[in-house]
Amino acid sequence: MATDRRSARRARLIGRAFIYGALIALAAFYLMPLWVMIVTSLKSLDEIYSGSFIGMPQAVTFEAWGKAWSTACIGTKCEGLQPYFVNSLMMVIPAVILSSGIGAINGYVLTKWRFRGSNIVFGMLLFGCFLPFQAVLLPMAQVLGRLGLAGSIPGLVLVHTVYGIAFTTLFFRNYFITIPDELTKAAQIDGAGFFRIFFSIMLPAALPIIVVSCIWQFTQIWNDFLFGVSFTAGESSPVTVALNNIVNVTMGRKQYNVDMASAMIAAIPTLVVYVVAGRYFVRGLTAGAVKG
Amino acid sequence: MATLEIDRVKKSYGQMDVLKEVSISVGDGDFLVLLGPSGCGKSTLLNMIAGLEDITAGEIRIAGEVVNDLSPKDRDIAMVFQSYALYPTMTVRQNIEFGMKIRGVPAAERAKATQAAADMLQMGHLLDRRPSQLSGGQRQRVAMGRAVVREPKLFLFDEPLSNLDAKLRVDMRTEIKRLHQRLGTTIVYVTHDQIEAMTLATRIAVMKDGIVQHFGPPQEVYDRPANTYVARFVGSPAMNIIPATLHVGADGRAEAAVSLPSGEARIAGIALSAAALKGYHGQKVLLGIRPEHFSLTAGAGLAVQIDVVEPTGPDTLAVFTMGGTEVIARLEPFAAAAGDRLALAVKEDKVVIFDAATETRLD
Ligand SMILES: Nc1ncnc2c1ncn2[C@@H]1O[C@H](COP(=O)(O)OP(=O)(O)OP(=O)(O)O)[C@@H](O)[C@H]1O
Ligand SMILES: [Mg+2]
Repeated sequence: MATDRRSARRARLIGRAFIYGALIALAAFYLMPLWVMIVTSLKSLDEIYSGSFIGMPQAVTFEAWGKAWSTACIGTKCEGLQPYFVNSLMMVIPAVILSSGIGAINGYVLTKWRFRGSNIVFGMLLFGCFLPFQAVLLPMAQVLGRLGLAGSIPGLVLVHTVYGIAFTTLFFRNYFITIPDELTKAAQIDGAGFFRIFFSIMLPAALPIIVVSCIWQFTQIWNDFLFGVSFTAGESSPVTVALNNIVNVTMGRKQYNVDMASAMIAAIPTLVVYVVAGRYFVRGLTAGAVKG
Repeated sequence: MATLEIDRVKKSYGQMDVLKEVSISVGDGDFLVLLGPSGCGKSTLLNMIAGLEDITAGEIRIAGEVVNDLSPKDRDIAMVFQSYALYPTMTVRQNIEFGMKIRGVPAAERAKATQAAADMLQMGHLLDRRPSQLSGGQRQRVAMGRAVVREPKLFLFDEPLSNLDAKLRVDMRTEIKRLHQRLGTTIVYVTHDQIEAMTLATRIAVMKDGIVQHFGPPQEVYDRPANTYVARFVGSPAMNIIPATLHVGADGRAEAAVSLPSGEARIAGIALSAAALKGYHGQKVLLGIRPEHFSLTAGAGLAVQIDVVEPTGPDTLAVFTMGGTEVIARLEPFAAAAGDRLALAVKEDKVVIFDAATETRLD
C-alpha cells in the first residue's frame, strides 16, 4: 500500500516536471525575440558587430534609445521617432474616442430603439468587419482628397473611425442586447429621454465593454501600418511608418541597436494599455448579462 | 387617483392581431387584474396603458383624458416590472430618486419622499446598496418604492411576484394589498395566477387570445363565469364541467339530468331565466359545479362511487365519474375513501349552465 502510494506520487511528480519543463521551454522560445530586442537595444554598435546577438551586453548603454527617440534620421530630418510618436497619439486618441462613442450609440439604437430595417443595418455593419482594408484604399484616397484631408492626421482619424465603427458597434450591440429592455422602459416612464437613458443608464452599465472597445481600437489603430503608409507621407506619418523608415533607410553600418530601440518605443503604448487594463479586457470579453 | 377606460382597443403587429377590441373600464381606486395564460396579450395591454406601445385602434382614457398620443412620462403613471428593472449601476436611493431628479424635484423634497417610501416599505437600511446586493424580495420592495414616490394617478404592475418563491409571493401579495388600501390609487395588475387575481382584485378581466372573456368583480367571475374557459381558469381545483340534459322540473324551475354509473340522476331547482329554460328544454347543456358545492347527504342524492381521494389537510378531494367525465368534490377530511359508494347533495342554486356548443353561460 505505502509503496504503491509513493510510486504513484513519483509518477505524478515526473508528469508535472515534464509539463512545466515543456511550458518553460516554449515560453522561452516565444520570448526569445523580445530578449534579443532588449539586449541588442542596450548594446553599443561596436559590441553588436563584434559579439553575439543573444548574449548579455558587456556594458549597458541607453545611447540607442536616446538616439531612436530624438536624433535618428528619417528621410532628411534627424529628430528621431519623437514627432511621429506624437503624430500617432494625435491620431489614436480622437479615433478611439470617436469610434467607441459612435459604436456605443449604434449598439444602443440597434438594441433599444429598433426601427424597421435595423437588423439589415446591423448586418451591413457586420460586413464591414470582414472587409479587407486593401479593398478600400483607392476609394478612400479619393474621398480624403475631395475632403481636403489627404496626407493629414485628421484624415487618418476619419479613416480609422469609419473602419472601427463596424467592430465597436458589434461589441456594444452584443453587450446591450443582454441588458433587459424593461430597464429602458422603466427609464422612459421615469421621464428620461434618448440621451438621458444612454448616459445615465446604459453607459455606466457598459463599463467592461467600453474597456474592451477602447483597447481593441487602440491596438488596431496604433499598430496600423497600411492606412498610415497609404494616406500620409513625411512629417505627418504615424510612428509605425516612421519606424519602417528608420529600419529600412540607413546609411553606412546598419544600426541594429537603434532599430531595436525604435521598435520597442513604437510597441510600448500598446503594452502599457494591456498591462493597465488587460484585466478588464478579459473580464469584458467574458462578461455576460448585467445582473439587475 | 383616476378612472381608467379602455375603449375598443386593438393591437396588431403587422398581420398578427394581438388584441382584438378590448373594452374595460374601472373606477377611481379600483384594483384591476388582467388575468390570462402566457401570450394572451396582458403585457401588451399594460404597455399600451403605459404608453410604451402604440395603440393600433381605439382609445385609452386616464381620468377622462385621452392618452393615446401622450408619452409615458406625461401620463402620470408608475410601473413595476416583472424583472424589477432597477438601474444596476445606481444605489437604491438613486434608483428611487432618478425620476424625481428628471422632473426637477428639489433635493430636500426628494430626500423626504424617499425616506417616506423607505419607511412605508421597511427598506430604510437598504438605501445605499446596489440592486445586485439585494435579495429578490428586497428588489421587489425597491421597485415598488420607486413607483410609490411618483404619487401617480395609476399604478401598473406586470407580474411583479412571479420571480419570487412561494412563501415570499404570499407576503408581498399582502404588502401590495396593504399599499392599495393605504394609498387608494387605481391599480392595473397583470398576472397569470388566479389566486393572486382573486385575492387582490376589485375587478378581474380574464383574457385569452387577445379577447376579454369575462370582466367583473372577483366573486362574480368565480360564481358565474361567462364561459367554460373562465370557469376552468379560475379556482383550484377548477369548476367541474359536466354534460347533462336540461328539463323543466315539476316546480317549473330548471332540472338537469346527468348520467351516473348507477343510472340517471336529476339535479332539480337550478336558477335559470324562464326564457333560457324555454329555449333549452330537452337540450344537451354543460353543468358547472364548483367542488365545494358537493356535500355528503344522509338522504337521497347522487349515488357516486369514489375513484381516488386526495387529502389536502383542511379538506379531502374526492374524484368520481359523473356525466361521463371525471368530477372532483371537496369534502370534509376522512369523509370518503377510495371505492366508497356515497350519496352527494349539490347546492343547486350555485350550479351554472353553459351552452353545449358555444360554452357560454346561460342566464
Ligand atoms: N414586438 C412584437 N412583435 C410581434 N409580436 C409580439 C411583439 N410583442 C408581443 N408579441 C406577441 O403578442 C402576444 C402577446 O404578448 P404579451 O407579451 O402581451 O403576452 P402576455 O400575456 O404578457 O404573456 P406572458 O404571461 O408570457 O408575459 C404574444 O403572442 C407575443 O408573441
Ligand atoms: Mg407578460
